[in-house]
Amino acid sequence: MRRVVAALLSLVAVASLWELYTLVGPDDGWSLGDTRLLPRTSDLAMPHTWDMVTRLFEPVSGGTGAQPLWLAVLRAGRLSFGIALAGWGIGVVVGALLAIAMQRVRIVESAVLPLVVLSQTVPLIALAPLVRSWGAQLELGSFEWEPWMSVAVIASYLAFFPVAVGMLRGIQSPDTIHVELMRSYGAGWWATLTRLRLPAAVPHLLPALRLAAANAVIGTVVAEVSTGLPGGLGRMILEFANFAASDPPKPWAPIFGGVLLGLVAAGLVALLGRSSRRFRRAEATA
Amino acid sequence: MSHAVSAGHDERAAAVVATGVTRVFRDGAREVHALAAVDLRVAAGEFVSLIGPSGCGKSTLLRLIADLDTPTSGTLAVFGRSPREARLARDYGIAFQQAGLLPWRTVRANVELPLALAGVGRGGRRERADELLHLVGLTDFSDHHPDQLSGGMQQRVAIARALAESPSLLLMDEPFGALDEMTREHLQSQLLRIAAETKAAVVFVTHSIPEAAFLSDRVVVMSARPGRIRTAVPVSLDRAVAGAGPDAADELRNAPAFFEAVATVREALRGGHGDALGVDAP
Repeated sequence: MRRVVAALLSLVAVASLWELYTLVGPDDGWSLGDTRLLPRTSDLAMPHTWDMVTRLFEPVSGGTGAQPLWLAVLRAGRLSFGIALAGWGIGVVVGALLAIAMQRVRIVESAVLPLVVLSQTVPLIALAPLVRSWGAQLELGSFEWEPWMSVAVIASYLAFFPVAVGMLRGIQSPDTIHVELMRSYGAGWWATLTRLRLPAAVPHLLPALRLAAANAVIGTVVAEVSTGLPGGLGRMILEFANFAASDPPKPWAPIFGGVLLGLVAAGLVALLGRSSRRFRRAEATA
Repeated sequence: MSHAVSAGHDERAAAVVATGVTRVFRDGAREVHALAAVDLRVAAGEFVSLIGPSGCGKSTLLRLIADLDTPTSGTLAVFGRSPREARLARDYGIAFQQAGLLPWRTVRANVELPLALAGVGRGGRRERADELLHLVGLTDFSDHHPDQLSGGMQQRVAIARALAESPSLLLMDEPFGALDEMTREHLQSQLLRIAAETKAAVVFVTHSIPEAAFLSDRVVVMSARPGRIRTAVPVSLDRAVAGAGPDAADELRNAPAFFEAVATVREALRGGHGDALGVDAP
């Protein structure tokens, strides 16, 4: 309850700061030479927060029978959420398998870990068209590659990284004494993995999963923009940007949608964390 | 078993036979001789303590018996098999200075772990865990997690876990080293009772002369750099009474034979070089 109040208060604080700046800030912003450091305070550049909110309950467009803006955003958000979830799932599986392979074979760790780190330096924008064209050429019997799958793959590309790194740390975390005890029980690699390494990895894995969820959402929105997939939040952000002059509060709606998506994703991971509480007991100390 | 000093003619296979066991650790160009040509025989059911200054290789010897490490040369047999075979056949139970309980498992689940790994069914595991927790006096704590227990209780769980598969050999590396004196003496008495009940041989590494003298049929005194066995001191105490209660155990600790053993072990530790470093005074 207290945390909910604190969260709401911080929201109000951000909105107040926004409004305060539009009130007292210079109309033309503040520039140092040619570089503008503070934005203009016009309604065009910084629409009032209440305008953004009321805009949500007005129709998307002037057309008859147009749905309200909030519904359109939610619908787009639902599509993006599904894709992000798929991307997250792929990322978690790939990241976990990579980590297990790296733990199992030392050589793999020294060979793959630098590549994993390197992979994150490739800009997503550069990757998106490649993935889309590879996907389009893919033919597996009756299976057909759909455009949304490219987006999910690109999202997973961002999501697997924290999982691979966190999981590797986690499954390498058991103390020597625990590993040796397992050995003394005649436990093989698999038994040691499932009974010792994976449970011990849970505290390391949870923050990694949360990062992966945030990455999957960002990856999805960016990939929607760069592959041009219609129907999701990414495309909506792109389309609504055109209204920045005529209908300034409108472009903010899909951005709120993106924030909501991130919150839902983080919430789901937190729920996952609740169910794994017993694995996060403090290490027994004598 | 209490009087089974050096039972060389025991019909059963000896629990441990070490012949010319050497372990050399390489640290860059430097060679550290942790153990040099150690010969040791532990009879079935015998309680043997290894004592000596820090770095005398007593823990190394224990780890070699447990197949957690491999000798550089020499041979080791555990019940007539190689240490690896003995480990895979789960011939021994082991306990360290740290309890090493898995924090996410309850006390019961910790004790059941080796049984689960050996493929014992749910019912069998439950029954055996009940027995063992009763043996170490922790029946009321079976559903607690390790972080809710004191150090002494955790160590008792670790001992119960080491006994899970009724091993004929218990390997213990300073299991009471991190505990306070009262808890320590209490657990020593319990260990004597358990060893007598299970008829298991015990190889017990310790820093404490009184502990070694109180527990062991034979105290093996080691010297450092290179680690080798200096001498073995047989101790004859009537340990059958030790499990009877704290008074009986106290009486044993006041017996002349006990003091005599302590004095002999201390003498042996000082003998030769007079550098019994790292050994607790009684």
